[in-house]
Amino acid sequence: MTPEDGRTIPSESSARASSTKLKVIDCDVHHALRSYKDLLPYMATRWHSHAEKFARRRPAPFQASSPYPKTAPALSRTDSWPPNGGPPGSDLAFLQEQLLDAYNIEYGMLHLLMSGMDERNQDLGNAICSAINDWQYEHWTQKDKRLKAAIVVPGEDPAAAVKEIERWAGNPDFAQISMVTHAIEPLGRRRYWPIYEAAQAHNLPVGLHSSGTNGQAVTSAGWCSFYVEEQHNVALSQQQLAISLVCEGVFERFPALKAVIIEAGYVWVPSAAWRLDQHWARMKDEVPHLTKKPSEYFRTHLWYSSQPADEPERPEDLRTVLDWIGWDRLLFSTDYPHWDMDNPETVFKLRLSEQEQKMIYNENARAVYGFA
Amino acid sequence: MARHVVAAAAEIPPGSRKIVTIRGRQIGVFNVHGEFYALLNRCPHQGGELCKGTLIGLALSPEPGVFELTRQGEMLKCPWHGWEYDIRTGQSWCDPNDTKVRAYPVTVEPGETLVRGPFVAETFAVAVEKEYIVVDV
Amino acid sequence: MSQTAAAAAQYTALGGIDCDVHPAVPGMQTLLPYLDPYWQEQVTVRGIDGLDLSSFPIEMDAHGRPDWRQPGTKPGASLARLQADALDGFGSQLAICNPLYGVLAIYNEHFAAAVARAMNDWLAAEWLDREPRLRASITVAAQNPELAVDEINRRAADPRFVQVLLLAQGEMPVGNRRLWPIYAAAERHGLSIGVHAGSTYRHAITSNGWPSYHLEDYAAHAQAFQSNLLSLVHEGVFNKYPALTFVMIESGFTWLPTFMWRANKTWRGVRAEVPWVDRAPSDVIRDHVRFTLQPTDAPPTGADMERLLNMIGSDDMLLFSTDYPHWQFDGHNVWPEGFSPALKRRILIDNPRNAYPRLKEARP
Repeated sequence: MTPEDGRTIPSESSARASSTKLKVIDCDVHHALRSYKDLLPYMATRWHSHAEKFARRRPAPFQASSPYPKTAPALSRTDSWPPNGGPPGSDLAFLQEQLLDAYNIEYGMLHLLMSGMDERNQDLGNAICSAINDWQYEHWTQKDKRLKAAIVVPGEDPAAAVKEIERWAGNPDFAQISMVTHAIEPLGRRRYWPIYEAAQAHNLPVGLHSSGTNGQAVTSAGWCSFYVEEQHNVALSQQQLAISLVCEGVFERFPALKAVIIEAGYVWVPSAAWRLDQHWARMKDEVPHLTKKPSEYFRTHLWYSSQPADEPERPEDLRTVLDWIGWDRLLFSTDYPHWDMDNPETVFKLRLSEQEQKMIYNENARAVYGFA
Repeated sequence: MARHVVAAAAEIPPGSRKIVTIRGRQIGVFNVHGEFYALLNRCPHQGGELCKGTLIGLALSPEPGVFELTRQGEMLKCPWHGWEYDIRTGQSWCDPNDTKVRAYPVTVEPGETLVRGPFVAETFAVAVEKEYIVVDV
Repeated sequence: MSQTAAAAAQYTALGGIDCDVHPAVPGMQTLLPYLDPYWQEQVTVRGIDGLDLSSFPIEMDAHGRPDWRQPGTKPGASLARLQADALDGFGSQLAICNPLYGVLAIYNEHFAAAVARAMNDWLAAEWLDREPRLRASITVAAQNPELAVDEINRRAADPRFVQVLLLAQGEMPVGNRRLWPIYAAAERHGLSIGVHAGSTYRHAITSNGWPSYHLEDYAAHAQAFQSNLLSLVHEGVFNKYPALTFVMIESGFTWLPTFMWRANKTWRGVRAEVPWVDRAPSDVIRDHVRFTLQPTDAPPTGADMERLLNMIGSDDMLLFSTDYPHWQFDGHNVWPEGFSPALKRRILIDNPRNAYPRLKEARP
């Protein structure tokens, strides 16, 4: 007897046509540098040797690891390492195959998890941000028109950040502005307002993906022990970020500004909004700049990417939560290539109408990002 | 059900696997300590390619701070969300659902502390004939 | 919809157990008689005072309802007012005193322990001795778990102390092993652990740094409680102390069901990091953690609240509270819409009796 029928599927080739006709806008895609060296061509010469001699400096204990090691190498699906080498997300061709083509992605919103914003050497930080944007433009958005980048800005240096925004504003490859979310101060605070002013002026949303280190304890109750805690606490930080944007009055000062909270999920929104409303009722004299109930800003100025999608035991509970949030608030995202990414074909266990699918997978994002 | 030869036994030594296509379905064939098992290459959670996951043991613990790695090489960690599956049975080990709305038949294996969950990866009967591995699909 | 006091008295005529009232320490002067001579001299000579927690600025209406204030005193400083407003006002058979005062945030652990002891003595003498309906939390200086255990052992013989009080935002999340001697002592004595909203300011109020406004600080309590729940579950506190109940006090609870969905999902993928967690976090929380009623952070309608309560998946988890004298509701409107009479009864009486082993003697 000889083997018949059986053949090994090589791990490189898992491309297949999407089973859905719906074009998906994926609001959280993680491309990656092959290495820091990818940025050097876009940085002044002084930074070339600097990298070798001085390394990156951030308020974090390890040079090349989180203090909470993740559950998978590079935080990624173990089947997302490109066959031609490099870390997950670093190979455009493999990303096209595994994500864009596989799931009929019309647009993928890129979020690099590296930034110069939390670099303690501010000149270096500014240079890194500019270089990232140059690199994204040349190697990603110009090579695949489905990919849209965020303008990565050094938010702790607002003047430099605004300059970087001005450099790219109007360029259709860049669909939003991004800052790290674990910043020196909560992102609603006034020191970041020049960035929001520029964002509003150029009609660019701010896309706030959980990222960065600021030296604060990763939970507001102190330092947790385990990654299983930290992973969830990241979402709690994002909740606090949204609360900051609302309570500081960012949306009063910049009424046309749109903000997207990315990789926090969305089911937390109703209870956060109700809680704020209840206490604002008795504390409103402290925040006279808010002309509306806090919950209203959650409805008008904030959008939420869907991943990690929650999985209640009763899938229909998600319908209740979405009724509370507003069906126009949710932006589908995969978070490719991370280990907890969501598959657009299988992620929602509840029955969605065609209109609801269109909104979540495409039209809501279209409206936020102004795609034709 | 038809029987398909998928590989020579020597092709899949202990601790290794082979992913084959049989009647349009991708199936992972595993050699666990000399015994063969086959699982559908699709995680019941969100459809990830389960059979490309990492082979692991089953981490158990009698109390906080004490770690016991049992059944090394007998569990599969889905490459996507990391759910742990028993290769022999296809059973996932975390109980994902427990509310007062839905009643779950729950069994606890003697000597183990984990609760059996409802997610079961599809399995196929495997036999070794002469020197070849045969899968029933 | 407002309710008259008579109507309010009707449904509380059963005699509920109010699991969160705040007698106020007027100042260090009040505690002087309860300190030993060394500390009396330290406090007097060094002019130590002003230890009201920043988390609850006493000037704010939110932390002292205007009609519950007496001019010239801190809200909650008067036993007579607490009796009238909280106990008689809501027909409660019992109320648990959770005094919030600086001890929890003091860096000198010896001083903190001395103040804690003095507070407990003061509470017993000037509140519990004078009002048989009052029960209390043991104030401890959790900064030094050994000293905290000493205080618990000292106080445990008094059955009116039913709980050990911690703040939600301490030095470390409450599941951390360094706090376990406190939990061992509590379990041994049949005491529950109360985690109350508030910060020791060891860390920024949020993991993103310091917000500008108290409104944000107050909202941020919710996330701190969620971090603490993750800590309790994943450190394995209930594996080690299966008889313990933790009560989250002034935490809100409407965030709970969606929180549990996420906690379960994360655990399923990362389980092997904490292999002693042998069942879903939501199961652990439903068995071991309770939440006081105020603030309710209620959704807009009663139908929404019913749905939310249904999502929590257990009727056992909420404990009646007024949070007196904090301003969480007007008049007697302690219940938002959406709570059935049967559920109210459970929350008023059964759930508190079950959450506190030392309250089993309460009227069922």
